[in-house]
Order: sequence, then C-alpha cells, then structure tokens
Amino acid sequence: MIKFLLKGLIRDKSRSRMPVIVVSIGVMLTVLMHAYISGFMGDTIEVNARFFTGHLKVMTQAYATDMDQIPNDLALVEVDTLREKLSDMFPDLDWSPRIHFGGLIDAPDENGETRSQGPAIGLGVDLLSTGSSELNRLNLQKALVRGKLPQASHEAILSDNFSLKLDVNPGDIVTLIGSTMDGSMTFYNFIVSGTVSLGHEALDRGMIIADIGDVRIALNMENAAGEIVGFFKGGFYDDDIALEDAEMFSSSFGDRPGDFTPVMKSLSQQGEMGTYVKMVDVWSAYISLIFIFAMSLVLWNAGLLGGLRRYGEVGIRLAMGEEKGHVYRTMIYESVMIGIAGSVLGTAFGLFFAWLIQKYGIDISGMMQGSSVMMPSVIKAKISRVDFYLGFIPGVISTVIGTMLSGIGIYKRQTARLFKELEA
Amino acid sequence: MRKTIILVSTILLFSNFANQDAEEILNRIEKNMSSDNRIFESSMTIHGVRSSRTITSRTYAVGDKKSFTEYLSPVREQGTKMLKLENQLWIYSPGTDRTIQISGHMLRQSVMGSDLSYEDMMDDRKVSEIYSATVIGDEVIEGRNTWILELIAKVPDVAYYKRKMWVDTERYVPLREELYAKSGQLLKRTTLSDVKQIDGRWFPTKIVYKDVLKQGDGTEFNMTSVKFNQKLPEYIFTKAALKQ
Repeated sequence: MIKFLLKGLIRDKSRSRMPVIVVSIGVMLTVLMHAYISGFMGDTIEVNARFFTGHLKVMTQAYATDMDQIPNDLALVEVDTLREKLSDMFPDLDWSPRIHFGGLIDAPDENGETRSQGPAIGLGVDLLSTGSSELNRLNLQKALVRGKLPQASHEAILSDNFSLKLDVNPGDIVTLIGSTMDGSMTFYNFIVSGTVSLGHEALDRGMIIADIGDVRIALNMENAAGEIVGFFKGGFYDDDIALEDAEMFSSSFGDRPGDFTPVMKSLSQQGEMGTYVKMVDVWSAYISLIFIFAMSLVLWNAGLLGGLRRYGEVGIRLAMGEEKGHVYRTMIYESVMIGIAGSVLGTAFGLFFAWLIQKYGIDISGMMQGSSVMMPSVIKAKISRVDFYLGFIPGVISTVIGTMLSGIGIYKRQTARLFKELEA
Repeated sequence: MRKTIILVSTILLFSNFANQDAEEILNRIEKNMSSDNRIFESSMTIHGVRSSRTITSRTYAVGDKKSFTEYLSPVREQGTKMLKLENQLWIYSPGTDRTIQISGHMLRQSVMGSDLSYEDMMDDRKVSEIYSATVIGDEVIEGRNTWILELIAKVPDVAYYKRKMWVDTERYVPLREELYAKSGQLLKRTTLSDVKQIDGRWFPTKIVYKDVLKQGDGTEFNMTSVKFNQKLPEYIFTKAALKQ
C-alpha cells in the first residue's frame, strides 16, 4: 500500500509539491536557526574560555575575590609543583599557567623618547615550550596579520589595530610600562615579532601577548602565575564535570584556609560567565522551543489545509464504498511521507546554509565598535548532532497532527448526503 | 543684644587668633623640614602582604623643585634613577635603557611598590600655600605634647582635600598625619619618629606610611644619612644625568 500511496503522491503534484515545499522551508528555518543560536552562544563562551576563564581556573582565594582587577600581587607561587599536582588529580584536563596584566605600551623614537603610547591588556602564556597547546588554543597562527609569532624570548605580538594606532611594525622595539608583583613600576622591552587580529573588538583594541617566561621576568613573578587554566582534552566544556572537579580540588585544601590558598573555579563560577552559561542554556532552549512551536503551527495549518482541500476527493472515495477508517489512515500515511520528505529536504538545506555560516560566518564587527563585551565579531553557526533530527519534530509530527485533525471530519460525513454534496 | 555682639566678636577674634597660630605653626614646620638643598641616603622597607623588602637610595634635592634619586639596591632596582624638575618626573630604567616621563594616571602608581605614590612625591608646594590650617585640639603622643591641625585645601588641584596633622609643640615637627579624600574617606596615615637635631633643625628620620586602602603593613622610610646645604653640581638635575 505504501508503494501505491507513494505513486499517488508523485503523480498528483497538487498533493505533494506544495506540502513538501512548505514543510521543507519550515524545517530548514528550524535547523538553521538552532545551529545559528548554538554557534553564537557557544562562540561567546569559548572566546571567554580560551582567553580568560579556561574551562576551569586555579587561583589564590584572594585573587579570585578581586579577579576583575587582575591583582598579580595575590598571584599563585610555586606554580610548577601545583601544576604537577593538577595534572595528577585531573588527567583529563590540560593545565597551563597564565599571567594577565595591564600596562602601557610605549614606542620610542630614534632618540629613545616616547613617540607613541597606549594602554594595553597583556597576556603571558606558554608560547615557546615544545608541546604547548596554547598557540593552537588561542588560534594565533590563523590570527596572524603581519610578521611571525614569537619564536624567542623578548618577542611579543600586538593586536594589529593597536600596532597601527602606535605606528609600530614587526621588528620594532616597544617598552611595557607595568607593575610588578610587588607593586613596583616596571619597564621591559619587547621586539614586536608580528601582529594579530583576534576578531574580538575588546581584544583587538589593545592587546599584547608574550611568552610567560618574559612576562615573569618583566613583572618579577618567578615561578608565579596569576592563574592556571585547565581545558578539557575533549575540547568541550561540561559544566557538571567542571563543578565536580572544582569542588574536589578546593576541598583538598580545606584544612588550609587563607587568602593564598589555591581555589578552583569552573567557567560558570567566574564572574558573569555563570549567569551567561545558564542564560545560554535557557535561551537556546526557549528560542528553539518558540521557533519549533511557531513552525509546528505553520505546518499543522498546512496539514489542516491539505486535508480540507481534499474534501471532494474524500467524498468520492467514500461514495465509491471505501471505508472511512481506510481513508483516514491513508491520509495519515501520506502526511507521514510528506513530512519525512519535507524534513529530509529541509534538514539538508538547513544544514547546508548552517555549514556556510559555520565556515564563513557573518561579520558584525561594524556593530561591535567601542564595545567592551567579549563577543565574537564574526558570528558563526555551530552544527551539532541535534540539528540532524531537530527538524523532524515540526516537519513530521505537526504535519501528521494537522492531517489527523482535519481528517476527523471524514467520520462526520454521511453517505446519504455525499451525492448531494458532489452535485453541488 | 550687647552681650550677643560681645560673644560673637570674642568668638571671631579667638578663631582668628587660632588661624594665625596655625599658620605660624606651619611656617615653623617648614623652616624645620625644608632647606636650600640636601643629600640624603635612605632605606625604604616595604612590608607587603607576603613578605618585606628593603630598597636603598640616595637623593639630591634643591629646594622643593628639583630632586634626583638613584636606587642602590636590591639588584633588580639598582641603577634605576628618578629626576623631578618642577612638575615633571622622569624615570630611567637601566634594563631597557629608556627614560620615560611619568604623567597622568601613572603618577598615582606606587613608588617601588611602597605606600607612597609618585603623586605624593610630586606635590612640591608649601603646605601653607595650598591649605588653610586651624588648630582643632591637642594630644599627647609618645610623651610629646602636640597640637592637632586640620588642613583644608584652598586650591582645587590637591591629592588630599583634608589633612590632620599632629605637631610637636616644642620642636615644630609633625609626628603623625592623616590624609583624607573630599568624601571624608581616610586614605593614608603617616607616623614620623626618631626626631633628631641636624644642623640646628629638628628633623624626623623615620617615617612610616600606610595606605589604608592597600593590603600590607605599610612602608618604613629610614633616613640613614642627611646633609643640608651642600654644594650640588647643576648637571645632576638634567635628563642626561639619568643615563650616566
């Protein structure tokens, strides 16, 4: 019977073409929208994780309290020992010490006098050790605009916008004017090895990235680090596991409370990121649900209209002696087929457009000028496993429900009045 | 009515006397504390949250307008030099071989991590020129009788709107000072001690600064050698001297 129904649908275009088009458009929009929201929300979290929060972060208790002020005077000391302990306790995470710092970058003229100067956000990461994953994590190779990445000590990269503002080129020397761990003013020369565009307005405005070894010398932080960040080796942040790990680590120091006791915080426990992670989950679910609901209504309506449009056909079939139940069931089977065909087509198109946005992204940097929020300036979609089946919910279920509702009318029709209706 | 006029006149008269006394006290303090020029060696011990460290330096100063400081130890700070000319300040860092002018918000940074800011060092105007003083009481500190002076800024560009100063009534040397913001918030506290008579003037050789908004136990500043009215070569107070 399925073969018979399929033939009917293929041959009678009025029963298949338009319904399939409507269903596939609805499914395509659902899939595309979900991938876009996941990409946008996830990207914002990942950007913050890669540059600032990590999936987990270890700091001193006092540093964690005033984390926004980057209080390097409260930094972790004896970092090598602590890092070994972390690697033993949490082998599923990759741990890296980092130093965030602020300061001024001063570019000298030929006489050594200040030619240009600007405030900078600094990041000291392990760039020079063999096997360090920080280069890939921060995506610096792809972000390179001019010159090369640091390959020796005393080399640093500047954000390209910042270098243009300071009129500094690769090979030039700049001086960092900052503050040591003791609070003294410090001066340190860096050779600009290259410039990068990180794709984030807040970072591109004034960023300097150097090897943590140089930053330690500059800020008098030998074997110290503001924080040790951990990233799940699988690459994906899992809030439940992160919270468990943070609890386990912090409780291992429970007998030594104090300002300089190391504490571990998950991404969701750091500042506004916790609210953001919760918001992302809730918003993604709400937006997807609202969209699925809206599309369901549209497709349900399409199914309903399809059923009503075939009022005459149903009458003839009943008049010819076909059972009401059989007519009803075949209409449902047909709607299942339409739903599946439309969902497959719609999912394919939706995934294709989502892939385009995932690969090329949508540039919103124009809207981000002057923004201090860490948001990606190129929004990219993210195709996840859910996107492969999500569209079938409105695509199949709603179409079938629409047909089922409109089909109820079949049972209300009386054979005696059918010819009268048909004559009319 | 007559009684009221007499009472008001008496209060005004006395408050005028009190102000005059306060101004006179400030003048006497300035006579003790300022000189045509001086050379002093000092050690500054900064008691941080985790540890303490000591920095030694030698300073040459002419009046309040010119000063040149060379840091002698520890190794990290050795060779760092600071030149102040009027309201300009330069720092020479031997590690970078750069001379950088400190201005704007950088002046609020701590000097070598101490409880003193560059701004504190830069304000070279006489206290009596920028503050109106009033004697508001007296107190005994460490066995010494003191007047308590309240100083309110009379010019807008001061780092501290209000100051309270405890002045030794006999030696005319401040023994304690509290520095306040306009909001009334206490910002810094200074304790001066080890008052010695040097070249006929009383001079405190130990000063403890405490930035109350900063963690740690303050900064102890000890003058190990003070010489007044010496012959200082003029070239010291040039930018070229910083790199020598």
